[in-house]
Amino acid sequence: MLIFDHVFKRYPDAGDALIDINFHLEKGEIAFLTGHSGAGKSTLLKLIALIERCTRGQLLVDGQNLCRMQDRQVPLLRRKLGLIFQDYKLLFDRTVFDNVALPLVVAGVGRHEVARRVRAALDKVGLLDKEKKFPLALSGGEQQRIGIARAVVNKPALILADEPTGNLDPQLSAEIMHLFEQFKQVGVSVLIATHDIELVTSLNHRVLKLENGALIKSGL
Amino acid sequence: MKPVKRKKVAYAPRARPESFKKRKPEGGLSIHIQLHRKALLASLLRLLKTPFTSFMAIIVMAIALSLAGSFYVLVNNAQRLVNDLHTGKQFSLFLHEYVSDKQAKSLVRRLQGSEDIESVVLINKQQALEEFQKYSGFGAALDALESNPLPAVIQVFPAQEITEADQLKQLLEQAKREQEVDFAQMDMGWVTRLQSIMQIVNQVVIWISALLVVAILFITGNTIRLELHARKEEVVVEKLVGATNSFICLPFLYSGFWFGFLAGGLAWCIITLMLLMLDSHVVHLSLLYQSDFQLSFMGVDESILLLLGASALGMLGAFAVVSQQLRLLKPE
Repeated sequence: MLIFDHVFKRYPDAGDALIDINFHLEKGEIAFLTGHSGAGKSTLLKLIALIERCTRGQLLVDGQNLCRMQDRQVPLLRRKLGLIFQDYKLLFDRTVFDNVALPLVVAGVGRHEVARRVRAALDKVGLLDKEKKFPLALSGGEQQRIGIARAVVNKPALILADEPTGNLDPQLSAEIMHLFEQFKQVGVSVLIATHDIELVTSLNHRVLKLENGALIKSGL
Repeated sequence: MKPVKRKKVAYAPRARPESFKKRKPEGGLSIHIQLHRKALLASLLRLLKTPFTSFMAIIVMAIALSLAGSFYVLVNNAQRLVNDLHTGKQFSLFLHEYVSDKQAKSLVRRLQGSEDIESVVLINKQQALEEFQKYSGFGAALDALESNPLPAVIQVFPAQEITEADQLKQLLEQAKREQEVDFAQMDMGWVTRLQSIMQIVNQVVIWISALLVVAILFITGNTIRLELHARKEEVVVEKLVGATNSFICLPFLYSGFWFGFLAGGLAWCIITLMLLMLDSHVVHLSLLYQSDFQLSFMGVDESILLLLGASALGMLGAFAVVSQQLRLLKPE
């Protein structure tokens, strides 16, 4: 599903951000990406979503080489990913429903299909009764869950989450992790960047540990 | 394209590497229409949400458009007027002062006998005086004179067959030889001069209009750039969830359309209002010249052209800016 093969990322002014990253993420596999702040977790996720391009190496998502992807193909790649952001990236002038619907609207899905799938996604994160509210009227945890609903609404094959449980209490975190495990069951791969060590150790998933841009641990 | 029906109703991501194949939008055309209608309405609503900013931009555009438009209309009218003068082939015979009304009338009869002359109008000394008093504004000055200084005039309208300038000249020479005639006048020289002046004016107007069009492009471009800036977050999020550039462009193109369309409408109103105010003056002036010239307003086709052109300019300005800005704009 996801293959990093000798991937380097160097910023012109900040130097090396990622050095020789090698790992595979199988279909239906959940992995935690850990490391101290600035270790390169966010950069690694950005490379997969083509927000940044790698400097050297091969980066494959489902057999597609991202290094050679043309700009106009990028939107199609992103429709196959579910992105969850630390700062949620919600649109505050739109309702919860419209926020979650965005990936479908952008992909040209019909109105009825949009409504059906948005409600299903909201139901999954337990926000079905809040669809008409605006994000600012909701708590931080609820906003994070809107972001998660938006990430899964287009049934992605790979979910990238940047600190998805950062603003949730332990119980909600567990629920969200349970949700990810449900996705894993049906073959969705999930890569979660986090420094919530408790969460990582409590669940028996693979851990990828970054330190100063280098991958120092890749296993359970 | 037929809608692709999805069988599954329950929500669950399916195991499928095939989901990585290009996913076609369901419903094809109707979804596109939905999308466009939504973008069209949404951009109008957004424009109305910030009425002051939008209105300022629209007014500036409308002024530029109405300048270009009114130049066009006025030049058009002037051209028609000059053409009228050119085709109104007629000449005037000014009679000697000693010629009596009776003698003048007999000359009129003689002229009417000619095949080359269609009609003849006699303005005798008294009529000339009355007309002069009525229209010139120098009536009081004439009252001070003891006798009528104005000569009788015969206006000669040549027959339809006389089209060539030479034929006309020959007819003029012929009429001149009548002993009652003091001098004959066919002032075509100034018409020719006017024609060439008109050509220069035309050129100037074309250049000014071109500059105004460029100005309109920049005004829309800048307005749309500000709008894009204000909605940067939205654009970034849309990009992150897989929006294509054309999807992102669409609402801005429609904003440009609305700016252009509304400015075009306003410009039409300005031009029409201006012509309405000019109209009574022009009617008065053409009466003075005994002309039936009437100011022509913008025709239906010209009005539609103005609206379409303005809308197209708005969209073009928006497109230029958005496509350039989107290339610079990267998520994060």
